[in-house]
Parts: sequence; structure tokens; C-alpha cells
Amino acid sequence: MGTFVPHTPEEQRAMLQAIGLDSFDGLYADVPAGVRLTDLPLPSGMSELEARRTMEEMAAENFRFRHIFRGAGAYCHYIPSVVKQIASKEEFVTAYTPYQAEISQGVLQSIFEYQTMICDLTGMDVSNASVYDGCTAAAEAAAMCRDRKRGVVLVSAAAHPYARKTIGTYCFGSGAEVVTVPEKDGRTDLEALKELLNDQSACFYFQQPSFFGCIEDADAICALVHEAGAKLIMGSYPMALALLKTPGEVGADVAVGEGQPLGLSVAFGGPYLGFMAAGGALTRKLPGRIVGQTVDDQGRRAFVLTLQAREQHIRREKAGSNICSNEALCALTATAYLAAMGPEGFREAARQSVAKAHYLEKKLSDAGLKRIHSGEFFNEFVTSTPVPAADILAALEDRDYLGGLPLGKNEILWCATEKNTAAEIDELAEIVKEVTGA
Amino acid sequence: MKILSNLKYTKTHEWAKFENDGTVLAGLTDFAQEHLGDLVFVNLPEVGDSVTAGEPFCDVESVKAVSDVYAPVSGEIIEVNEALADNPALINEDPYDAWLVKIGSVEDNGELLDAAAYDTFAKEEAED
Amino acid sequence: MKLIFERSIPGHGQTLLPHCDVPEITLDAPGRETPLHLAELSENDLSRHFTELSKQVHGVNCGFYPLGSCTMKYSPKLDEDMAALPGFTDIHPLQPAHTAQGCLHVLHEAAQQLCVITGMDEMTMQPAAGAHGEFTGLLLIKSYHRSRGDDKRTKIIVPDSAHGTNPASASMAGFTIVNVPSRADGCVDLEKLKAAVGDDTAGLMLTNPNTVGLFDKNILEITKIIHDAGGLNYYDGANLNAVMGIVRPGDMGFDVVHVNLHKTFATPHGGGGPGSGPVGCKAFLADFLPGQVVRCADGVYTLSTPEKSIGCVRGFHGNFLVAVKALTYLMMLGREGVPEAARNAVLNANYLMHRIKGSYPPAVDGICMHEFVASMDKAKHEFGVSATDVAKAMLDYGIHPPTMYFPLIVHEALMFEPTETESKATLDETADILLEIMERAKSDPDSLHAAPLTAPIGRPDEVTAARQPVTRYVFEQ
Repeated sequence: MGTFVPHTPEEQRAMLQAIGLDSFDGLYADVPAGVRLTDLPLPSGMSELEARRTMEEMAAENFRFRHIFRGAGAYCHYIPSVVKQIASKEEFVTAYTPYQAEISQGVLQSIFEYQTMICDLTGMDVSNASVYDGCTAAAEAAAMCRDRKRGVVLVSAAAHPYARKTIGTYCFGSGAEVVTVPEKDGRTDLEALKELLNDQSACFYFQQPSFFGCIEDADAICALVHEAGAKLIMGSYPMALALLKTPGEVGADVAVGEGQPLGLSVAFGGPYLGFMAAGGALTRKLPGRIVGQTVDDQGRRAFVLTLQAREQHIRREKAGSNICSNEALCALTATAYLAAMGPEGFREAARQSVAKAHYLEKKLSDAGLKRIHSGEFFNEFVTSTPVPAADILAALEDRDYLGGLPLGKNEILWCATEKNTAAEIDELAEIVKEVTGA
Repeated sequence: MKILSNLKYTKTHEWAKFENDGTVLAGLTDFAQEHLGDLVFVNLPEVGDSVTAGEPFCDVESVKAVSDVYAPVSGEIIEVNEALADNPALINEDPYDAWLVKIGSVEDNGELLDAAAYDTFAKEEAED
Repeated sequence: MKLIFERSIPGHGQTLLPHCDVPEITLDAPGRETPLHLAELSENDLSRHFTELSKQVHGVNCGFYPLGSCTMKYSPKLDEDMAALPGFTDIHPLQPAHTAQGCLHVLHEAAQQLCVITGMDEMTMQPAAGAHGEFTGLLLIKSYHRSRGDDKRTKIIVPDSAHGTNPASASMAGFTIVNVPSRADGCVDLEKLKAAVGDDTAGLMLTNPNTVGLFDKNILEITKIIHDAGGLNYYDGANLNAVMGIVRPGDMGFDVVHVNLHKTFATPHGGGGPGSGPVGCKAFLADFLPGQVVRCADGVYTLSTPEKSIGCVRGFHGNFLVAVKALTYLMMLGREGVPEAARNAVLNANYLMHRIKGSYPPAVDGICMHEFVASMDKAKHEFGVSATDVAKAMLDYGIHPPTMYFPLIVHEALMFEPTETESKATLDETADILLEIMERAKSDPDSLHAAPLTAPIGRPDEVTAARQPVTRYVFEQ
């Protein structure tokens, strides 16, 4: 059995004696006898080696694809080695929330640097220290935009289904009405958006690019939303922030997104990183922790958790959100990733992702899989399939390829990143051709 | 502890100044600002909000606490002191100058204390 | 210490990506106009920057961390190794289930074991933290009453000794909060509880042991009062470390629980996260669970969406790698190790309390659970030394201070939670230091007001930070 209790039986006896007890039972005198457990039906404990073997066997039950062409909210970008090393430093890993600023400057400064980079990426004024993931970032943003006069949340049908669902669940909690704005050609239907906006609308959430990879007309969306007096929440794929007009440039009120592409592995869905940034006017509406710069009693630069009176531990039921634990280590990872890549490296990763996706689109088109939407796309796109999508994906799986995500019987959402090579894409197209006979 | 004789007070440490035009200015007392410590933010209400005597209508933040501010009279808010949004320290510096809101359509519920009664009340509270 | 931006030198960096092997594309869309700064550092400088930052962090690895209600126990290093296995990290969350059997196996096994420990029937691994779990659990309660057409149940009862997250979560879930005053020992006042319940009661949120560190011995009566009124009982697992393997929330009358993998199940806190807050429930609530639950039949794992699911509380399956760590830990402890951990957590808290109680009077005398609350009220009045002063003095001795000023019902509170992974020697050393600090409070209180002296910075000016927030570095244009 593994144990992390350091005491010898003699030490335990001495400690029990010191507190006036002769056995452990005395510690639990207040627990009603009728519900006290006599046995805990778990497997017996293991040594470290046995536990290692068991977990490694479980990991081996997975099929680890060599070639991945699936995104849909989780993206395989290159993670530099230095990033993993930085993120595994024990001090960062084993610290708690930096409540004691004097001995937490490292964590606090790293969050301040993270907030700066998120503002730099999004073009917004103020960022929080992170939330759970991109979906909860969208849901929290919707909550911060509602007020007494405007309570309805509008969501684009072209946004990620999980983000839409999470917004729906959060709004089920608060009792807010959610209206879905239909999608047209892989993007928000602007006509419909215009019709659905009114003086009850609190905000509109869309993402750039859309779930289907299409680049949205963010300027037109922003104009419509602001004209109606509502707030704009713009979700962004972080790589797109390197190349496309930023939420700040568009005029969004809140910028959110899934930060997983910034140095975090896909890891079957988590831990990920929700980023949230806002224009200055909404600073105090931002949920979660925020780090601020100040000075110490000797005038030296110092960092602290600030604007804490917004938060649940002080404001209790009147707090805008209940979040306390966040994804600090993932935020630190993202900071290290962005610094390792640098502006040019990061842009290059984005440019290559776009280039590979466009190359993939052409190759798949040659193999008989035609894109179903028109207009520009980023690094994801949807094709129809002349044969069942499942047949294509099965053939790819046999050759160690994770193909795109099937959206229907005859539609697939494909993704490419800088990690995919031309040779890989060529081979993938060949496999597809074998199935379609194109 | 400074108390002005021309003002009325609540037991929740707000002051009210009845103006000649029938409106009321409301703010926090010296006792309140002393106890709250350095204020870092005032969460001002909006013009047009109606307020009820004895009910909270806005809150003020210190670093580690948030405190409700209660309306001394009922009525409708006709003006808020926007200067406090940028500089909440004004309340610490001169609480009787740093009014929070101006209330119109005033209804007084008759429970306000005069300066002498508030002085006694605040001193008792300070001893608790 | 320099910011990473102040170390940045244009042109510095390393070659991470090969040249593009496909034709370049110019996007037909409005492009980014403002410059992107980030930071430009050689790999060496980058690595050193974060090493310097790490030297200004106190983690469990650096020293004792008795931060009450946070369960800062040692995190086994095997957990980190297992969570870094490429067989877990490289699995896409939308892979077909038959290619992700290992991940589903982990989620299923972790959920099963947590059900055994909490006495629940089903468990969702989707919530990403404790507060997130609370929100999820409350939505289950909301859905349950709605499904029965019992729409008038809009109130959640929360004792005033509760963590701030409880009322905040209840509010997010659309409930009205009824704050019930606790007794001085943090226990529920049965008469006040009885007076608070009615046909509008949706449920009760409770931690047991409570936030003063006591096990509420009336627990069975408390949960019965709520059930008799038609409400459900929510168990906040913040303090589960005291009782895991000893008594189960499910046997004490609770219908929904959340557990904090990053507290009770030894996954590290990462400077504030990621955590994980799985939610367990009794069978009658299972149809409302969020996300997808893992089922196992004949050794094959599948995902299914509960019939009346509340939807999703985040994307995918939760913080999966945190579940990997917690399961690794659970496997090592097993049926013997889980209660052993709880017993020793309680032993350590009682031992430390006993050693210092002459100078640090506990809020309640007697046996505590895994943590205890001392009040500095007397020291404040007699020597002018506050809970903050004691906490800051501890920093100079290399000890992370206890939780300060919580629970709110105890004046000048210091909440100590040593956890079971600290040795008697560490507890003895800490007790000696704390006694020395109190001696200094008597003889030289100013030396405590000046603390800390040896930390990287002195006490920061939090007022200025909040009045004129500076939340990012401004790049030179």
C-alpha cells in the first residue's frame, strides 16, 4: 500500500497521548455510530511501481494517432520543449492561489505577464487571470453583459456547439433567455441577427473563425450589435489573433476564447484555459482573479491580487460569478509558449496552419471531397463526402490517421496545423481517393 | 469623529442633507468611513433608480470588504456624484462633502436621527 | 525582478518551426493592424526568467503550507509522471470512443472510486473546480424540483459560516439564499434551521466538518429536517479530507456532493488551478447530469448523454489529466490508505492545536477535525497584534500562513490545516515558531507589524492597487 503519512506507530501513539487520547477512535466521537464505515470497498492500495504499471496499461488502451486532422475545439499545435519544462517547475505546480503576495511574487508576476499578453493578442484593455475553458469564458462573458434592463443573450449557431450548450446551461441557472441566431453558409446569418436584436438584447456571442472554420464579417456583426445597444462578445481562436482583425480593432466589448492551442496538449479535453479580456469600462464586471501592479512598503514594484471585492469570498451571493480556482498553471504555460514563439514564431505557426489547411482543402477537393461553404476560411473547413463519412474515417484510421470530425452522415469538419506536413496531407488524400474512387 | 449639526443621520451611518428645493443629498458619515477604511470603489446607482428608506441602494468597496449603503429617505435618484467613480478617496478625505446621490420626490419615514442623537448612538456602537 | 517584456530584445528567439512546405496563403479577410509584441527572448533567457520567478514562489515543495480549507497536502510525483504519458496527453477529446478506451477507463474508474468514497450512485467528472461543482450540483437540484412541477422551491439554505462560494453558486443557479445563523462552534442551529425551512426550500448546502473544523454531530437530524420539508441536501466536499473512508456523505443524508480533486485527492494546485470538482449524486438525480457519462459493458467503455441532462458546464470531459492524477493517488492509497490519510489529517490538526493552544486560543475547545480555527482577538486587544501580523511574521520563518479572517463568524481568525503528509517534526518546529511569534507579540509587537523582512517584498500597497488598477504592462510604441 502506498502512503504519504510520514508517522511511525510510535509517533502516532505519542501524538495521540499528547492530545489525551489512546486511540484514533476518539478523534471521531462526534460521528454518529450508525453511519460510521467499517470497511471501504475499494481495491487494496498499491506500491508506486504497481500503480505506475496499472496507469501505463490504461494509457496503452488508447489509440494514439500518428497523424491528426481533427480540431473542433482542441488543436494539435507544436509545443516547444522549454514550455513543458517551465510548466513543470515544482514551485509553480505545488503553490496555491497567491493570497500571500510577499511569498507569491513569482506566480503573481507570471499572471501579470499573462494578462499583458492576452491584452496584446486581443487588443483589449484588461484581462483576468483565466477561467476554466473557452466555453465557460463565453458563458461568464454573457453573464457580465446582462443587466436589469437587458437580459436576453444571443448566440450564433455558427459558434462551437459546446460553447453554445455551456451558455445555455449557465443561463438555465440564472434564468436568462437565450436566443440562437441562425447560421448561413457557415457563418452568422446577418439578416437574422439584425431581426433578432432588440432593446432586450444584452449581448451577442460569436466566434472567429466560426465552428465551421469560416471567417466571419466581424465588422458587420459589431455594427449591428452596437446599433441595437447590445454588447459584443467575440470568441477567438488564439492563432487567428495573430493574423485577423482583433476583437479590440473590431470594437468588441468582451474577448474570450479557448487558450488550449497556446502550448497545452489536447489531453482528452483538459485541463484547458479560458481567456477573457474586456474594454476598460467593464473591468469591474470581469469575473475571477485579476493581478495588479503596486509597490511594497519600501517602494519596490510588487504584484497583488486586486479588485477582490468583486469576488465571491467577499461579495458572496451578490458576486457576479462564483469562480475562485482557475487554470493558473495553464495560463503560465500559455505565457511561456507565447514568449518561446515570439511574435514572429507565433505568426508563422498561424500562417502555416492556414497554408496547410488550404493545401488540404485543395487535395481533398481533388479526391472528391468538396467544401460546402463559400468565402474565406482559416485552418478548418467542412466538406461533403460522396460516400459515407464513416467509411472515409475508418479507412484513415486503419492507416494511423485521425480524420476530421464527422458532422453528419456525409459531412466532415477538417483541420490542419503547422504540425501537419505536405507529405502527410498527400498521403491522406491518397487514402481518401481509394475510398471515393475519385 | 466629526458630526455636522445641520444634517440628519441613519443608524446605518448615512447622512442626509435636506436642501431648500426639497431634494436630499445623501452620503456616508465620518464614523462609517473610519470603520470601512480606505475606500477603493463606489458602486454608484443610476439616475432614475427609485430608493426606499432603510433599503440598500449602492455599495462601497474597501480592499477586503464590500458594504451596502442604505437610503436615508425614499424617493428617486436624480443625480449621482460621478467624481467618486474616479476618486473614491474623497469619501475618506471629507465624508460630508463627498455626497453619493441626490434624491428627489422625497418621502421621509421620520426615523432619521438629529446630530445629538446620532452622536450618542455612534459612541455607543463604537464601544461594542 | 524584470518583467519578461523588459528582458525582450528584438530579434531574439529560436528556430522552432521548419519552413512551410506548402504554398503560402494570403487570407482574403481584414487583417490585424496593431503590432503584436509578446516577448522575444533566447531560450536560455526565457528559461532563466521563469526559474527566477519560481524562486519567488512558496509551494508545498518549499515548505509547510497549513492553509486552512485548502488541504495543501503533498502531491505524489508519480501523479505528474502519469499525467505526462503521451498515451494520455496526445488523445484528442473527440476521438471515436473505441480509440479512447484508456481515457474512458480512467474517467470511469475515478468516478466509481469517488462514488464509493462519497456514497453516491453516479458521478460527473466535467466540473473544473469546487465552485464549478457547486453550481452543477445546484442545477441538478433545480432540475429535480422542476421535473416534478415543484416550481415554488426557489430557496437554498446556507449557514452563515459557509464559504463565500456557496451563496455565490446558489445565486448563479437562480436561487434565493436564506442565510441561517450558525452557533458559535459553526454547527447548525437546529431550531433556526427548522424555522427556515418550508415548501419553498429547494435545498441546503453544508460542509461537514464545518468551517470551524468541527464535525456536526446532529448531521442526521439536519439532513432529515431538509428532507422532511421536501428539500435536497448538498454536501460541499471542501472538508472531505477529514472523513474520507470514515463516513460518507451519502450515508449522512446528502443527495448531491462535489469533491475537490485538488484538495482531498492530492492533485497539486498549480498556483490557483487547474482543479477538478467532480459531482456525485444519488440515482434519482443521475438523469440530470451534465456532459456525457461513461458506461462500461463487457469491458467496453462508451459515452452516453443523460436523458434530462442540464447540458454542459464546460467543454468535453472536464480536466482529464487532473483525474489521471487523482486516480493514480487513489490507487496507491486504496481501501486502507484512504481512511488512514483522514485519521492522520485529523491527528495532525489536533496535535498542532494542542501544542499552540496556550497562545493561540481555538475558537472551540475540544477535538477538532482536519483543521482548527484560532482567534487572535485577545492578542489584538492586548498587544495590538492582528491575525495579519502573525501571518506575515510566519513568512520570515519559511512557513505559509494559515487562512486569515475566515470563517467570518470568528474574529481575527487563523485557520490551520496541516494535512496528513506533514511529520511530527515539522509540526513541532512550527509550534515552536508560533509560540516564539506570540512571545514577540508581547515583548516587541512592532517587530511583527514590520514583518516580513526576509521575503522578496515587504507588505504591498493594496489600496493603490485597487484604486488605480494597473493590470498589464504597456508596451512602448
